[in-house]
Amino acid sequence: MSKEYDVVIGLEIHAQLSTQSKCFSSASTDFNSGHNENVSLVCAGFPGTLPVLNQQAVDLAIKAALALNCEIQTVSVFARKQYFYPDMPKGYQLTQYEFPIARNGFVEFFLNGEPHRVPLERAHMEEDAGKSTHHGEYTLINLNRAGVPLLEIVSQPALTSAVEAAAYARAVRQALRYAEVCDGNLEEGSLRCDCNVSIKPKGQQELGTKVELKNINSFRFIEKAIDYEIQRQVQCLKSGEEIIQETRLYDSVKNKTFSMRKKEEANDYRYFPDPDLMPLILNNEDILKISRQLPEGPIARRTRFTKHYQLNDQDAELLVSERELADYFENLVNITQDPKLSCSWLTVEFLRLFNESGQKWHELKLTSQNFADLILKIKMGELSGKMAKEVFETMWVTGQTPQAVIQEKGMVQIKDVSQIEAWIDGIIKENPKMVLDYQSGKEKLFGFFVGQVMKLSGGQASPEIVNQTLKKRLKK
Amino acid sequence: MNLFKQTATELVSALKTKQTSAVELCSSYLKKIADLNPELNAFISFNSEAVLKRAQTLDDQKEKKGKLHGLPIAVKDNFCVTGTQTTAGSKMLEHFISPYTATCIEKLEREGAIVIGKTNMDEFAMGSSNENSFFGPCKNPWNLKYVPGGSSGGSAAAVAAGLSPVAIGSDTGGSIRQPASYCGVVGIKPTYGSISRYGLIAFASSLDQAGPIARNVSDAALILDVMIDRDEKDSTSVDRKQPSLAQLKKAAKGSLKIGLPKEYFSQHLEKTTQNKIKELLENLQKDGFQTVELNLSLTEMAIPVYYIVASSEASSNLSRFDGVRYGFRNKDQSGLSDLSDFYKKTRSVGFGDEVKRRILLGTYSLSSGYYDEYYIQAARVRRLMANEFTSAFKKCDVILTPTAIGAAFPLGDQAHDPIKMYFNDIYTVTANLCGLPAISLPLGLDDNKLPIGVQLMAPLFAEKAMLEMALAIEDCVQFKGLTQ
Repeated sequence: MSKEYDVVIGLEIHAQLSTQSKCFSSASTDFNSGHNENVSLVCAGFPGTLPVLNQQAVDLAIKAALALNCEIQTVSVFARKQYFYPDMPKGYQLTQYEFPIARNGFVEFFLNGEPHRVPLERAHMEEDAGKSTHHGEYTLINLNRAGVPLLEIVSQPALTSAVEAAAYARAVRQALRYAEVCDGNLEEGSLRCDCNVSIKPKGQQELGTKVELKNINSFRFIEKAIDYEIQRQVQCLKSGEEIIQETRLYDSVKNKTFSMRKKEEANDYRYFPDPDLMPLILNNEDILKISRQLPEGPIARRTRFTKHYQLNDQDAELLVSERELADYFENLVNITQDPKLSCSWLTVEFLRLFNESGQKWHELKLTSQNFADLILKIKMGELSGKMAKEVFETMWVTGQTPQAVIQEKGMVQIKDVSQIEAWIDGIIKENPKMVLDYQSGKEKLFGFFVGQVMKLSGGQASPEIVNQTLKKRLKK
Repeated sequence: MNLFKQTATELVSALKTKQTSAVELCSSYLKKIADLNPELNAFISFNSEAVLKRAQTLDDQKEKKGKLHGLPIAVKDNFCVTGTQTTAGSKMLEHFISPYTATCIEKLEREGAIVIGKTNMDEFAMGSSNENSFFGPCKNPWNLKYVPGGSSGGSAAAVAAGLSPVAIGSDTGGSIRQPASYCGVVGIKPTYGSISRYGLIAFASSLDQAGPIARNVSDAALILDVMIDRDEKDSTSVDRKQPSLAQLKKAAKGSLKIGLPKEYFSQHLEKTTQNKIKELLENLQKDGFQTVELNLSLTEMAIPVYYIVASSEASSNLSRFDGVRYGFRNKDQSGLSDLSDFYKKTRSVGFGDEVKRRILLGTYSLSSGYYDEYYIQAARVRRLMANEFTSAFKKCDVILTPTAIGAAFPLGDQAHDPIKMYFNDIYTVTANLCGLPAISLPLGLDDNKLPIGVQLMAPLFAEKAMLEMALAIEDCVQFKGLTQ
């Protein structure tokens, strides 16, 4: 970025915990509900109402923090962060301040094949605010989000580039999705990211003035916004200007950051422990119980994929990038017993269509069973590459079995025994050494002969007859 | 049968044996309210039609199982009750109709009680005279020129004047006990966490407790027993699993040891009150009750600590009254420059002076740079005070003190001196700060024929012993209330 300056970046990621109901009330958290449908008297801050902590939110927060390698605190305290805003009904936000539920921790990921480890400062629980939409003369308030449970994950200011920051954010999302504590959906706002960026002359110990970037809703924009901000700060220092401690908003259309408020305009939040809630006391047994439920994380899975399935680093990393993809891969391998072929079909053809179609995992028509059957047919040489691709594309759309597609497409099998015998005889004649090798015990070569027949038949020869005939003809 | 002379306990049994009906009882009380309330101003609202309808429904029920079946109860106007105007004595909630009922009121209703009306109070329960009500001050039924005390002034006055057999109040620093004392009735603040706060409009969350106001100890205990319960909607409520408080026996002679903290009998205390307590103690000693002098050296810190803690919490609890979703919103939107102007316009007009004073005090105490010096320091002293009480209760079973420094004062007398007003709570705030149960019961009349009260405090959850001692004192004092 700059040879004269060190860049220091810290991220605050707000992850929505996937609970059924809100953090302190029984109102639903369903994203698809109509405006203000998920609002109880507690969410709307009615006089006399009181918060009651949702145990599921606590369990998910613990699980998330464990997935981020944090130390769970046996005592944590909800405080009131006080300021007035129309979409914050109580006039304060409940958030863990002095005593968060988790401290320390780290997130690991690979960037360009290099392992990175980013230390975390803390993770704390808090409730979300509602949403205001401004319409010129008036403002509308939707309280559906008000009181939704969040986990705020605060990294140490240990990131040194925009690329690394974005990779870190992706890794956090990945870890949370693996642990099934957050769906990580950036468009629906279930994952949000604030970036603290500062620069200092190379080698200087003391940190520079930090600027907080808000309103960034994609990983790509994290990178762009930070890059812009670093440039801006470098320009500032070079032209002798002072960097002001402030909060800036990122405008993705203009690819610029804009000042939202200066530090001196910031509220005094007057934090104090909420007297309506008791301190959250956790016992080690419960924490242990949750840690036992924690599924394998992405890093461990990546290692297992390279060792157990002998995949290369790039393939393994790509496969574990989404938990569903990794699961799908393992389902395939369980049936095909061929990690390499499965990986290649999955990462090339499958991902191509997956990304093109923009489908969600739960919308997929192609089952792993049908996909595996297709891969087996390919492996057995029953289909040519070209035919297999055609069959695959149809299966993607219709969800049919490969057999059904083959029949429908009139990819009629050639069952004419004399024709098949003729092909086989030709192949035997052209490959005398292979035949000898086979006959002397190299039975693996059988697949080679099948493949050759299939090639000649354009993949249409009946595999059954090919197998039978080959066995007969290859006998001494 | 003169219904107004009957205690709540007697009325409940008369209702059960059909000597009277809920309709008869309620209409008698409603008539009396209609007659006296214009002058007394004990009620902010009552809906005769709804009350009689509910009374009829209860009368129509064949089985009268409820412990309070058909009994009218007056409820302080900071408890939410479905369909009632619930104002907390404030312009801010002048037209607020509650969509739900507070848990503790629901429990009373489930036992067949009838909410007969909502009683007057200092705005958001902040005050010791009821003069801070947006709906005008309630008067003391013993002398209409005097205050009834506060903040549950309406509830205490209603019971004293016979406008309701019992009433519910809330007590943050003495708001049940002090008006009970000024009006010559019994008021109980139970152990913090005993009664659900869900539906009680919060003043200071760590101090607020609901409780009954009644003509005698047994009536108060009857109501208290129904109200106490763990509520999953209130995270600070506790599961007490205690013996029933409905079946109490007067403390046997000499069975309990009474602690007398000398800091509560200091120069502040008025002569008559001092003498009356002395007289009571002599009688109790004659009955074999031992007394022991105690030192509660942190007592002088109680008022400053209380006003920091209570105001800090209040400043936060009252933030929700912003004119956005419900309640008062200043219609004058002209010249609104920005959002903060909107809040200022609504909150400046919607809140009264005392409320604003405490919001400012609390906001200051929680501000960065002052938080450690004020709020944290107050919280520390509060903990030390609780420790001091724990040690004191090793030497005695109950602590006896005056409820207030004297009897009620004339209307308008202290209204312009907030600090002097704050010292009305000097003997009562400690029970709230330490979470202890406390009761005020009548001790007699002073020279102006105004009631004086005596307070008992007990260890956490020791309501039973406290109430049994109160029964013994009640028997000893033989106080005659206005309705007798």
